[in-house]
Amino acid sequence: MNDLLPGFADPVLDAQSAFRAVLEAMSRPGRIVAIDRLPEAPVPLMPAAAAVLLTLADADTPVWSDAGDRVVAWLGFHAGCPIASTPLAARFVLATGAAPALDALDPGSEEEPQFAATLILQVQALERPMDGGPEARRSESAAYADKLGSGWRLTGPGIEHAHHLHVIGAPTDFLAQWRAQRPLFPCGVDVILCAGTRLAALPRTVQIEEG
Amino acid sequence: MEQGYNFAYLDEATKRMIRRAILKAVAIPGHQIPFGAREMPLPYGWGTGGIQVTASIIGPNDTLKVIDQGADDTTNAISIRRFFARVAGVATTEHTAEASIIQTRHRIPERALREDQILVYQVPMPEPLFRLEPRVAETRRMHALAEYGLMQVRLYEDIARLGRIGTAYNYPVMVNARYLMSPSPIPAFDNPKMDRMPALQLFGAGREKRIYAVPPYTPVKSLDFDDHPFRAIRAPHACTLCGSTSSYLDEVVTDDRGGRVFVCSDTDYCQSRREKAA
Ligand SMILES: [Zn+2]
Repeated sequence: MNDLLPGFADPVLDAQSAFRAVLEAMSRPGRIVAIDRLPEAPVPLMPAAAAVLLTLADADTPVWSDAGDRVVAWLGFHAGCPIASTPLAARFVLATGAAPALDALDPGSEEEPQFAATLILQVQALERPMDGGPEARRSESAAYADKLGSGWRLTGPGIEHAHHLHVIGAPTDFLAQWRAQRPLFPCGVDVILCAGTRLAALPRTVQIEEG
Repeated sequence: MEQGYNFAYLDEATKRMIRRAILKAVAIPGHQIPFGAREMPLPYGWGTGGIQVTASIIGPNDTLKVIDQGADDTTNAISIRRFFARVAGVATTEHTAEASIIQTRHRIPERALREDQILVYQVPMPEPLFRLEPRVAETRRMHALAEYGLMQVRLYEDIARLGRIGTAYNYPVMVNARYLMSPSPIPAFDNPKMDRMPALQLFGAGREKRIYAVPPYTPVKSLDFDDHPFRAIRAPHACTLCGSTSSYLDEVVTDDRGGRVFVCSDTDYCQSRREKAA
């Protein structure tokens, strides 16, 4: 355990600050929020995902992870969470590689939808489309614009009109999976997308279209 | 900040449990989530549910306002404000515009709230169906199925008997067209302020151990009928102190011969209007 990286420098205030970032993200789906008091996360755990887990996971929340033994040891030491043997058995599912399908996670029950899993999904990048309109957009490199693709248009609770979000590195069929779980409401998985030190959330209520 | 207990009083395991409940509450607007409420150093009825929610979200950079029936200077509001100044070292204010967190009992401020504010309600009874269905398991089933006919019937019986819906406080609302929710004992006058509010609204019931939430910009509709639409009612007077004809008014008896005046229930709103006029 000597090579174990430290957790939060200030467990109380860092967790409070990270929680408010996650609360802001969950309250305003698709809005990108930065976490500024970060733990040193073991590879391949991104700092934002590490902060979310240290803030929310503990002995009461089984965590499933695809991130390998170093991350499991780090989580066990700093969060004290049990490790779930399947994604279905977990309250928090950490995906650093190919994510398990949404329908392989616990969606909660109609009477107790709060027991649904939260998927912490690491992606390559989260970007907000340019606010500068077509001019600013054209100044972006063509390659970058290609990579961004068409992006997502989000509507639903927490959103005044529509939020736009570009997610680079989400599973290719993610929108189809998302659409498939919406009729299950109030059941359904909530997702926290993490990229580096930033995150954006997708509560089960949000509708996502391409565009 | 006083030493001897954890920041914001609650231990970290309790905060994590409440924080998880809050996030799921936001993801399922209007759905009540049971939580393991802790004993607080204030008696029930003093807003222990709201206090636990506030304690789980508050940080050193927050500015806290606490109101009780619209007033910042009641014993209850003052004790809660002092409690958080002591255990979290946070700044407090009586001005709605300056607050990042507003904990409230029985009112929504008159001044429109912003995106960078959070409104925390103290809730005595979170279950809107409890008078109609005392069995908790049964109410849970009704919420699961969105089976709210009983409540519609109750309101319609009011109309048959009184010619109008007789509920002036704690008037039930539908959140995002899915969950029936108690807005806490705010006047029905305040219900429209909940609808598509830019601020996040969190609700904490200490004795009943429930947390629920309304995310920003979420539709909140007071139950009504096509032939008896909901109306936000206020006393048909102007505030004696500031002259407002749009704020919610309290009736104050001025002498023992039946003299009375009407004044704003929101003391900060009334005060700032008078300062502006002066
Ligand atoms: Zn007034």
